[in-house]
Amino acid sequence: MNALRSAGALSRRDFLSVSMTAAGALMVSLNWPRAAPAQPGGSQSLGAFVRIETDGRIVIGARGCEIGQGVKTSLPMLIAEELDVPWSAVTVEQLPYGLVASHDPAGFTSRYGPQGAGGSTSIPDGWNDLRQAGARVRWLLVQAAAQAWQQPPDQLQTRDAHVLHPDGRRLSYAQLATRAATLSAAPADVSLKPKAGYGIIGQPTRVTDAREIVTGAAAYGIDAVIPGALTAVIARCPYFDGAVAQLDDAQARRVPGVRQVFRIPGPQPGAALDRNLAAGVAVVADDFWSARKGREALRITWTPGPGAQDSSAALERRAAAALATRGKIARQDGDLEAARKAAARVVEAVYVMPLLAHATMEPPNALIDLRSKQALLVASLQSPGGASQMISAMTGIARPDIEIRLPRVGGGFGRRLQNDFVAEAVLVAQAVKAPVKVVWTREDDLQNDFYRPFGLHQLTATLEPQGRVSSWAHRVAATPRKYRAAGMEEESDWIGCADPDGFPAGCVANYLSEFLPVEFSLARGWLRGPLPTFSAFAVQSFVDEVAIAAGADPLALRLELLGAPRELAYRDHGGPKLHTGRLAGVLRRAAQAVGYGRKLSSGHGIGLASHFTHGGYAAHAFEVAVSQAGELEVVRCVCAVDVGQIVNPLGLEAQMMGATIDGLSTALNLQITVKDGRVEQSNFPDYPLLRMAAAPEVEVQRVGSEFPPSGAGEMGMPTVAPALVNAIFAASGQRIRRLPIGDQLKGSRTADARPCARSPPASDT
Amino acid sequence: MAIDFTLNQQRSSYRGDPSMPLLWYLRDHARLTGTKFGCGIGYCGACTVHIDGEAARSCVTPMSRVAGRAVTTIEGLARGGRLHPVQQAWIDEDVSQCGYCQAGQMMAAVDLLARKPQPSEADLATLTNLCRCGTYPRIRRAIRRAAAQLQGERR
Repeated sequence: MNALRSAGALSRRDFLSVSMTAAGALMVSLNWPRAAPAQPGGSQSLGAFVRIETDGRIVIGARGCEIGQGVKTSLPMLIAEELDVPWSAVTVEQLPYGLVASHDPAGFTSRYGPQGAGGSTSIPDGWNDLRQAGARVRWLLVQAAAQAWQQPPDQLQTRDAHVLHPDGRRLSYAQLATRAATLSAAPADVSLKPKAGYGIIGQPTRVTDAREIVTGAAAYGIDAVIPGALTAVIARCPYFDGAVAQLDDAQARRVPGVRQVFRIPGPQPGAALDRNLAAGVAVVADDFWSARKGREALRITWTPGPGAQDSSAALERRAAAALATRGKIARQDGDLEAARKAAARVVEAVYVMPLLAHATMEPPNALIDLRSKQALLVASLQSPGGASQMISAMTGIARPDIEIRLPRVGGGFGRRLQNDFVAEAVLVAQAVKAPVKVVWTREDDLQNDFYRPFGLHQLTATLEPQGRVSSWAHRVAATPRKYRAAGMEEESDWIGCADPDGFPAGCVANYLSEFLPVEFSLARGWLRGPLPTFSAFAVQSFVDEVAIAAGADPLALRLELLGAPRELAYRDHGGPKLHTGRLAGVLRRAAQAVGYGRKLSSGHGIGLASHFTHGGYAAHAFEVAVSQAGELEVVRCVCAVDVGQIVNPLGLEAQMMGATIDGLSTALNLQITVKDGRVEQSNFPDYPLLRMAAAPEVEVQRVGSEFPPSGAGEMGMPTVAPALVNAIFAASGQRIRRLPIGDQLKGSRTADARPCARSPPASDT
Repeated sequence: MAIDFTLNQQRSSYRGDPSMPLLWYLRDHARLTGTKFGCGIGYCGACTVHIDGEAARSCVTPMSRVAGRAVTTIEGLARGGRLHPVQQAWIDEDVSQCGYCQAGQMMAAVDLLARKPQPSEADLATLTNLCRCGTYPRIRRAIRRAAAQLQGERR
């Protein structure tokens, strides 16, 4: 990690605190395609990812954790493209987490390259190495045909899983596979197809295992079975850093099916949260229902931890107090003081971001077998490298002896970048000496998360007499990512909380990004588009507030600030460059698609927002209607996105649609609150995800560009809330600065609110 | 006392805690894991099955209540190797992202189409199954596609 940082920039992998320290995620020096010994007459493996069956079927391995972002389809597409096989001939197989023995100091290296899911890195990570993997297998097949025909390889071509001879003869890949497997490995860099030759990349491609999903056959972590495995449910201390004071398990032990009841240790107060999250009592039974009944029969007295008095209200007071102090300067350009002295106006606003949970549809779970000197883990994961490392550290089993299978995952959203539930499974399996599956309930999930931190964003801008923005200061009070994380002592505090190089950095001469750390009793983690979503609400709401104060049009001001198309340095995840022209491009497209500037009915308004997220560019345009009674209706919802080269348009649209609805759900209603040291929410009724009735159609606008691809899982999230509140302001004159919106609009609309965004600034000092 | 019922057209019998929800019988005993656990309180719909042809939330349906009744799960929706039109529409519209809630969504959709063969927007809005991935727009398209297919089959 330090080596990476000293290289000057945070790499993509640095974003994943867990998996990046896992050797597998870092070592991409792969030995593909080194074939297994030839198997005459049988199926033939060519490299790590490709197997050719005797019946001609091309089996391509999918290396990533499929959490709904589509990598089980899109990553094999990259291989198939360069292998030059028709997609219809491809069967995709999920690969396990792969480590192989090597001469590395650790004694092993990654077999398949990066396998974790986080930071929208799967496609950019795979773009070169997986296309190479396909190209190198094709190279082998061409060499094999060249041998067979005694023909120079450069005179041969490939098409549809065949090698073609100039005289019209053809040999299928299946016919060539055995000979190809005897050849020495391909050179390091085989030339790749030009874009004009693509037949799979860029084609709308459906989810590869859709049939298994719709028939109920697709296996998720929670569906995994090992014969003889027991099921464990854990009663966790509801107070963070608390402990079990007294336990009466007599009733629980009498529940039929219950086998064992015992205590589970939790983290030391204040220590790094690199195992399980909470002390508790495990109930191990023959099945889930018995375990759960057993848990309900427990009588436990808890010792509240040091955070027992903490609350959301206290957290907000601490954050507000922090804003009154001086923090750590993440970036400072120019002279803000001089700009303020010369200013005609100062605009200031404070935005409030709530704590959020992940609420994956599939609750956390892990099935583990530790009976031999080897281990088997089957679980829904985002960071298998981190799980491998953790199991090894907890059991002493060498990492290559830990088999990790990667079933489909019922949603990730960043929750499963943590492997606390794997640690629990290890602790329970060590105690019961049998394979065991730990299953969480929804209540367990909402109350024991690594939450998106709470934050206050204070923004201040100064305007010159002619209305030009002369300075911009963004101060953030929130819980740092290094808070209770291991091995991050040297990291800057603001990483994950402040976005020093984000818009409008580099676009305003006098600029400040400042961070004020605020500690809190709950664990903090990563939620879809973590920093971008956290930051964009404040920045993109404030651009509108500044525009209104300056008497400018919000779109025009954004485009003016972005200025000429150019690259700006961006040091955080998704960098090293941010292209202002691409950001302007998605903004223009969204505005055009929604009909920005057209005359609207009374009570209607349009709002915009754009943001750079993990290497991709997205903008939202909302048209909303706000009634006199404060009822909000989403009339139009446009999402414009530029992720560079598009691998799977259907998948990209799905991610944008889904992230937009996720963003809407979150902006409207979601928050976690703490009172008396405990999380107040416990199940979906008080963490109300959007339902069908409230989900709008999402008009996705794909802005094509020639840049290499970014990922797509997170870009659609950050701009939803600010575009929505900007539209609400345009419709009603009411400025929302605190999320979620909740009932803030009820009964609020004044009779003289104007449909155009020309109201006085909300805060004008 | 044994609880006798039909499960995907097969006779089944259960002897055990009659208060155990059907969901956990399906998942842990019958090993039919296509029906999913989401909330345990009948709110999210991931566990939706059909009981005597009507959608029911199996996580809050005790085994005692399935005595003498016919239970259909996602695994029993396709007949004779042919997907139900709703399943086919889910593939054609590329609905699934993580896919975890989709069995419940499809069971709810089949139930809706049985009651409302040509569902209006308002009818679609009565579906309360949660999808954390936000696939609702494609679910709506898939239901309309399946409705058209089913109508064609009835002609």
